[in-house]
Amino acid sequence: MGLIAREIERAGIPTLSMSSAWDITFAVRPPRTVFVNFPLNHQTGKANDPALQRRILLDALRAFELFWAPGMMLTLPYVWDPRDASWEEKDFGPGFELYGVGEAMQEGFAERKLGRAQA
Amino acid sequence: MPIAYIARTRERYAEYPPFRWAVNTEAPWTPLAKPIKECRLALVSSGGFYLKTQPPFGENDTSYRKIPWDTNPADLRIYHHGYRDADADRDPNCVFPIERLRELEAAGVIGALADPAISFVTIYSARKELEERAPKIVAELKAAKADAVLLVPV
Repeated sequence: MGLIAREIERAGIPTLSMSSAWDITFAVRPPRTVFVNFPLNHQTGKANDPALQRRILLDALRAFELFWAPGMMLTLPYVWDPRDASWEEKDFGPGFELYGVGEAMQEGFAERKLGRAQA
Repeated sequence: MPIAYIARTRERYAEYPPFRWAVNTEAPWTPLAKPIKECRLALVSSGGFYLKTQPPFGENDTSYRKIPWDTNPADLRIYHHGYRDADADRDPNCVFPIERLRELEAAGVIGALADPAISFVTIYSARKELEERAPKIVAELKAAKADAVLLVPV
């Protein structure tokens, strides 16, 4: 997605990316990024917490106006669980099941392909 | 401490040839021409969202779906193979914030929303991403007269 952001920016439209994968974003380097240290798939907040979602988006949109150099990445100060950071040890590690837990997924189920060889 | 996804991906898929992440040391830049409250803002998601009336995504799929802003979140479906979707299934706004952005538009924080929002699913070929997908997305954003784009990668 960072590649898409770069192409949109190159085509003349400014972009802001919302990332939860610091190392991937740093490597791909989209023009502007806010980083939220939440589990993947929660870049704009926790489910059913509209107040938090709104705060994160307001911060992101403010950052959009403040970035002044290509490739800048700002970490927003949100913490997933102040009492327990163990998700950082477990998420995406060996044995972590990525999918198949949501009802919507049952309609279309993709084979695991992440990390396979490139075209 | 942020997760080292690149290292964990290597561990997880050690039996496959290593994924070659794009590495860039510079980024393109287009200045934001006006404040966000005057911009027509587009939303682009790689979370694999589609309407239940639209076809789902497939493997190595460079297509995209147009999601109108008046969509009821209950009509969204997800096709994705790279993340846990249980929370997004309960409340798409945690990664596809259509309701929150509509509220921010109504509150005057955003000038307007570029219709429609755009969603697709991650693929693993940088070449296809750049040659096949990017031009289509750029054309779509230009047609919608977007002044600024919010991207939520997954």
